[in-house]
Amino acid sequence: MIVGNRKPLEEILEMIRPYRKILLLGCRECVTVCAVGGEREVAVLASELKLVRAKQDQEIEIKEFALERQCDHEYIDQIKPFAGDYEAIVSMACGAGVQYVAENFPKMMVLPAVNTTFLGVTLEQGVWSERCQGCGDCVLHLTAGVCPVARCAKSLFNGPCGGSSNGKCEVDKDTNCAWQLIIDRLKELGQLERYEEIIPPKDWSTARDGGPRVRIREDLRL
Amino acid sequence: MKTKSNIERLLEKGVFVVTSECGPPRGADPEAVRKKGNLLKGVVDAVNVTDNQTSVVRMSSLSSCLILKEMGFDPILQMVCRDRNRIALQSDILGAAALGINNILCLSGDHQKFGDHPRAKNVFDIDSIQLIHTVKTLRDEGRLLGGDEIKGRPALFIGAAENPFADPFEIRALRLGKKVKAGCDFIQTQCIYNMERFSRWMQMVRDRGLHEKCAILAGVTPLKSAGMARYMKTSVPGMDVPDSLIDRLKGVPKEKQAEEGIKICVEMIQQLKEIPGVRGVHIMAIEWEEKVAEIAQAAGLLPRPQL
Repeated sequence: MIVGNRKPLEEILEMIRPYRKILLLGCRECVTVCAVGGEREVAVLASELKLVRAKQDQEIEIKEFALERQCDHEYIDQIKPFAGDYEAIVSMACGAGVQYVAENFPKMMVLPAVNTTFLGVTLEQGVWSERCQGCGDCVLHLTAGVCPVARCAKSLFNGPCGGSSNGKCEVDKDTNCAWQLIIDRLKELGQLERYEEIIPPKDWSTARDGGPRVRIREDLRL
Repeated sequence: MKTKSNIERLLEKGVFVVTSECGPPRGADPEAVRKKGNLLKGVVDAVNVTDNQTSVVRMSSLSSCLILKEMGFDPILQMVCRDRNRIALQSDILGAAALGINNILCLSGDHQKFGDHPRAKNVFDIDSIQLIHTVKTLRDEGRLLGGDEIKGRPALFIGAAENPFADPFEIRALRLGKKVKAGCDFIQTQCIYNMERFSRWMQMVRDRGLHEKCAILAGVTPLKSAGMARYMKTSVPGMDVPDSLIDRLKGVPKEKQAEEGIKICVEMIQQLKEIPGVRGVHIMAIEWEEKVAEIAQAAGLLPRPQL
């Protein structure tokens, strides 16, 4: 799923300073699962904002609403009848959702309440961890199912670097060294000899470096 | 001989080579480079010039190499993958060769988190092993990574670093094997303090015959004090300083610890000379370059053969 962090309250307050009537828009997909922008988080943020603004004598009216998804226009259409009643939309979705809402409301300010951070997994209740950067050319079959692009601080394809110590990355003592994980798994799989193969330079043209990406399935188009 | 490198020439003759390091200054003053260079005159066969080491912005490695070359040194251009993509790296490789640089040391580079610009974006388009192979392909096949042919091949003696003390230990010799396969001519190791672990690593290296395909230069760094030894042990990733060494330094009065550190360093060089497959020593006296001559002298490494 896409994982994010809510922006600090002060930053959101600063963004909405000019407005007295906002639509606070949650999303029931990834950001609900990672507890940053679902219905509950919309309610929490709304009450925090109202409380501060009341204290400042700058009362604010907030419409709370959560869409099934903010990344599909058929759901965004649901707010079209009333979105115009507000001065701005504050989206609690990932960056994709924020932008797609903005695209659908060209005359409205659409502001982000979440910092989108990574594609990851739930390690345990309340703990999420990055796994993928969407590079467009998966190499997990070469690296024992552990991604060096997303999980090595230097994205090394022939690691580990000299900073791997006791299984941890030099950048952060709580982060596992991706190459230690790769080697451990290769051993587990009885394929350590694969470590000796040199992985050639990656083709980054399928990643962000190649420019914004579009996927078209002609067979599915109407 | 693949190149005009002084260390390639000496290694081919079977000479035990000596290299050291010169960290460029944080500023544009060429005198700072010359000053450090003067401390190493007649003491080393080649001098490494670091590339924004520890991710701190410094005068560029190539510029500093050129200043040292003008002084009569055979510089080793360090090149890290952190700051440049394959376009810029290849361009600088060609430029360095055109300016008469004979040696290159291919490194991944320290993460920018540790430097003076922790908010910088890193590149890591390719890694150190891929960089080694890139230089080799340019030199031996006259081809760019993209496949096109070049006119005028860069005659560079290709080096890399290896840390026998990083984890996981069991793959450290395998990883050296990958560097050799990629085209590495020589290796400089991370500073050695744990002689027992280094000897075990060398055994693994010899078992694979890697010492015959690539010259291994053992890295040493004199310890200035017990405090520095403790800092290296606890705060520098991938550094292995045995407690016995720290205790030995602690055992002498504070004002004598630097002298003791030099003594330890000299003893280590003498032990390293005896290890089969070690072809030279790389003395990294970080901001203590004035001691390199003394160490080389005491270790019986002087005089050096003429360039």
